[in-house]
Amino acid sequence: MSAPLLTLQGVHTHIGAYHILHGVDLLVPEGEVTMLLGRNGAGKTTCLRTIMGLWKSAQGSIQFNGAPMPALTPDIAQSGIAYVPEAMGVFADLSVKENLLLAARAARRIEDLEEARLTWVFSMFPALKTFWSHPAGKLSGGQKQMLSVARAIIEPRKLLLIDEPTKGLAPAIIQNMLQAFRELKAGAFGTRTTILMVEQNFSFACSVGDTVAVMDNGKIIHTGSMAQLAAEEALQERFLGLSLGAGSTAGAH
Amino acid sequence: MKSGDSFDWLPLALVPALALLALPLIGSPSTWVTLTVAGLAMGMIIFIIASGLTLVFGLMDVLNFGHGVFIALGAFVAMSVLGAMNDWTGQASLLANLVAVIPAMLLAMAVCGVLGLVFERYIIRPVYGQHLKQILITMGGMIVGEELIKAIWGPTQIPLPLPESFRGAFVIGDAALEKYRVVAVVVGLSVFGVMSYVLTATKVGLLVRAGVQDREMVESLGYRIHRLFVGVFVAGSALAGLGGVMWGLYQQTVVPQMGGQVNVLIFIVIIIGGLGSTLGCFIGAVLVGLMANYTGFLAPKLAMFSNIGLMVAVLLWRSRGLYPVTSR
Repeated sequence: MSAPLLTLQGVHTHIGAYHILHGVDLLVPEGEVTMLLGRNGAGKTTCLRTIMGLWKSAQGSIQFNGAPMPALTPDIAQSGIAYVPEAMGVFADLSVKENLLLAARAARRIEDLEEARLTWVFSMFPALKTFWSHPAGKLSGGQKQMLSVARAIIEPRKLLLIDEPTKGLAPAIIQNMLQAFRELKAGAFGTRTTILMVEQNFSFACSVGDTVAVMDNGKIIHTGSMAQLAAEEALQERFLGLSLGAGSTAGAH
Repeated sequence: MKSGDSFDWLPLALVPALALLALPLIGSPSTWVTLTVAGLAMGMIIFIIASGLTLVFGLMDVLNFGHGVFIALGAFVAMSVLGAMNDWTGQASLLANLVAVIPAMLLAMAVCGVLGLVFERYIIRPVYGQHLKQILITMGGMIVGEELIKAIWGPTQIPLPLPESFRGAFVIGDAALEKYRVVAVVVGLSVFGVMSYVLTATKVGLLVRAGVQDREMVESLGYRIHRLFVGVFVAGSALAGLGGVMWGLYQQTVVPQMGGQVNVLIFIVIIIGGLGSTLGCFIGAVLVGLMANYTGFLAPKLAMFSNIGLMVAVLLWRSRGLYPVTSR
């Protein structure tokens, strides 16, 4: 396993009166895809939002790239982290083009985007090129999901935090996305990208994940290699509640 | 690549529909033209004042009931500048008048912009996310502002005469179009044009539009929404100052309570338009201006009620305003 790019130690998060994360310890190795799995309500989305600074941790520490994680969300994003929320977060009244332009902080005009990277994004998500000038709010759920992921990868990032990227996508597009994540991990465009991903689709998780962390009741209850979890049905049943031979979903939230 | 979806023209069509509906009721075409231009002028001024307020609400959910203080302050600052430049405003030359009016407008905008910065820092910022406190403290801020205006300029109504070349009317056929109203329409359209350009063709404008829809996601992309908000608040305060100058010249008088008087109209406008929508604010302002002038002529006793009636009718048709901002 590579050295960790992201480290969470004893992280507790409260949302209002609810105590959601109960001391999360998590290592995300650099240049690998770490899957965050668990049943509904386990705290996976809260974990990603806490890393992104959208909910503040009451206790514990988060280290990124060898330094304490900045406190404010814009600073966290500027340190090289992109976030794809479960609700997609596309700007509905802005066009697909405008959504992508905003995701590229340094670009003032769409022409400033790296052409090869934009072509690469279009090759994975052709619908974005087709509906380039359409308001994002008029796209289908799957197309919004593509736009949300495209925004995260339109510029080089050190770490992607992705919450259920395959939700609502057709199998062909899921294959494209799988390929994209593999290329990003392998260092496409000169930067190796680390990914921490929450995913419901267990077979997709097995295809893309290198390591896995399973959450339950706001804690990490299992860490290891994704290949091992994919191979051992007893582990799947124990940590994910998947019945033997029915390993297709992994639970979320 | 496909082109964008078709634009929703229905709210825009309300403006000519209202004007054409009023024509047979008014009877005389020349009176109708005069009232329509007066309504458009009033609408443009209200738009200049309200445009900043709708963006402030859209971006940060801030209900600023103190917006009126910038209107009054802008008008009083301009009154002082124009009073000191009597020699220029009294000449019949347009150029000489502009030499007085443009600095008066710019100074009013600058003073209101600086006050906006202070207002945001010390009155708005401590009450983010607390609507009831926002309403109370911003109303309190306006009361304090009004009292300060009274302390500086006195409590009484002060005349603000139009510069010489803005007086009188263009006569076209039987219709008389007051020159100043035409000027107000031109200034209002210019402000709308510039604002539309900034919001659609610049990155800052995109960020403002995105922030109105989803603040959290804008921050997740690495932008500091609070700086954006302060910038919009200052710009909105400066525009309210400019609107105050225009309103003062429209009424040809200034009074410390003028901000509170206009406040009701601007809240009606931003609710009709859809909170956070600039185009909705523009259409709402024009509708309110036209309605006020038509009913003022046809049934003066109903004039006060007419705009509230217009708001009720629009909300019954579209409960979130003419151009609701998606994702709010």
